[in-house]
Amino acid sequence: MTHYLTALQAICTREALRFFGQRARLISALVRPLIWLFVFAAGFRAALGLSIIPPYETYITYETYIVPGLCGMVLLFSGMQSSLTLVMDQEMGTMRLLLSAPLPRWWLLLCKLIAGSVISVLQVYAFLVIAALYGVTFPILGYIAALPAMMLTALMVGALGIALSSTIRSLENFAGVMNFVIFPMFFLSSALYPLWKMSEASELLYLLCAANPFTHGIESIRFALYLQANPMAWLVSAGAFAAFMLFALWGYDPAKRLVGRKA
Amino acid sequence: MTGLIVEQISHDWGQKRALDEVSFAIEPGRFCALLGPNGAGKSTLFGLITRLFTPRSGWISVAGHRMDQAPLVALGQMGVVFQQQTLDLDLTVWRNMLYFAGLHGITGKAARLAAHDALDRLGMAERRGEKVRALNGGHRRRLEIARALMHGPKVLLLDEPTVGLDAQSRQSIVDHVHTLAREDGLSVLWATHLTDEVLPGDQLVILHQGKIREVSTSSQTGPDLTAHFLSITGQDRAE
Repeated sequence: MTHYLTALQAICTREALRFFGQRARLISALVRPLIWLFVFAAGFRAALGLSIIPPYETYITYETYIVPGLCGMVLLFSGMQSSLTLVMDQEMGTMRLLLSAPLPRWWLLLCKLIAGSVISVLQVYAFLVIAALYGVTFPILGYIAALPAMMLTALMVGALGIALSSTIRSLENFAGVMNFVIFPMFFLSSALYPLWKMSEASELLYLLCAANPFTHGIESIRFALYLQANPMAWLVSAGAFAAFMLFALWGYDPAKRLVGRKA
Repeated sequence: MTGLIVEQISHDWGQKRALDEVSFAIEPGRFCALLGPNGAGKSTLFGLITRLFTPRSGWISVAGHRMDQAPLVALGQMGVVFQQQTLDLDLTVWRNMLYFAGLHGITGKAARLAAHDALDRLGMAERRGEKVRALNGGHRRRLEIARALMHGPKVLLLDEPTVGLDAQSRQSIVDHVHTLAREDGLSVLWATHLTDEVLPGDQLVILHQGKIREVSTSSQTGPDLTAHFLSITGQDRAE
């Protein structure tokens, strides 16, 4: 067991050193949601009317509504970027080094996923600090309660990224898939507008949003920030995480050779 | 026998047979040159030995441990230098070493000692604080060899490790790995298509179009071996 934990620590340390060594990555991770918060949300505040829906107990500004969604955005982009590094690692060969370590492959991939998720969650907290300075705050305990929800959402999108990375041969292809995955996942979710608004526009869009596991990740974070539980959101997120992880393990199974074909 | 055993390995990619009943064994203390032109199946063989993927048939044993039965023990007995670079360019030499130590379950003082010893042996100890990006090609390869030796493996695999290096760095690394086999009793599998990296007395495995064409002890090197290699592989030019 010590070996397992040592490897986890080594992989987390590597990811952290790489992340903090690239200051531009941290800045770009924060700039994206902040532009949405400062520009998009400010502009839409007047245009969008929000009714009182759980977990909110009073009228809220659009900025307040959008912040949990932007937390999800940070997790989604960061998780996918982490998977992008997996594709890069495969092209560079560092993935081979990882996979030839004397540990079960499922553990090595899980370590990689956990390390990426921890980095993602740290970015979310950096974003929440800036959002608080801007005036969008949550109950103090909400920031702590949201941690497991954020971690689960990070694991879910990260596992999806790993699963995708196993099927992709080169970085160029990955960029294409990102467009087909990230943007639909983000826009067909409750990140920017509540689901009831969506159902007013189109029942089909509403159903797509409701079926999107990323919606449930965001809702689990939103509810947790207000110290409320949303069991359905948790269940769907956990189920999606398990499914994506199984797909990722299948993709990286030595006998399936999806990775080997790139050798 | 310990060392490395490859027994009746076959593998294909789709319809194309990449390896066809490949068998050979390397005893401890031997340097084995795996010689084959590009596309011979060397990289597929390395992928199988390092368990990046598993063979359709046959088996591989590393230091007495079958890869299909005890993969983790077998992988733990193996040091690998991949053809592609596998270093983190933006991390220091030292951090790269510690990362690898962690993957192999070596931690704390033991990791620092193992990293220092391995770097020292390859003449890289004084560069431990440098970022890998600042190292030249030869030093990067040395670092990868040092890293591959850190956990005390019994089998060392090197997949075309001198690609892109100047003549002096190439010679130095070839000599050093021969010494490792001789003095430390390592079984070394060195894949190459450059005949001047094979020394007289080395074990020679010639792979061509997925099949073993010859397993012998080399008595030749340089141009003579090139002529021999070309006569076996039927090529009209040297790689």
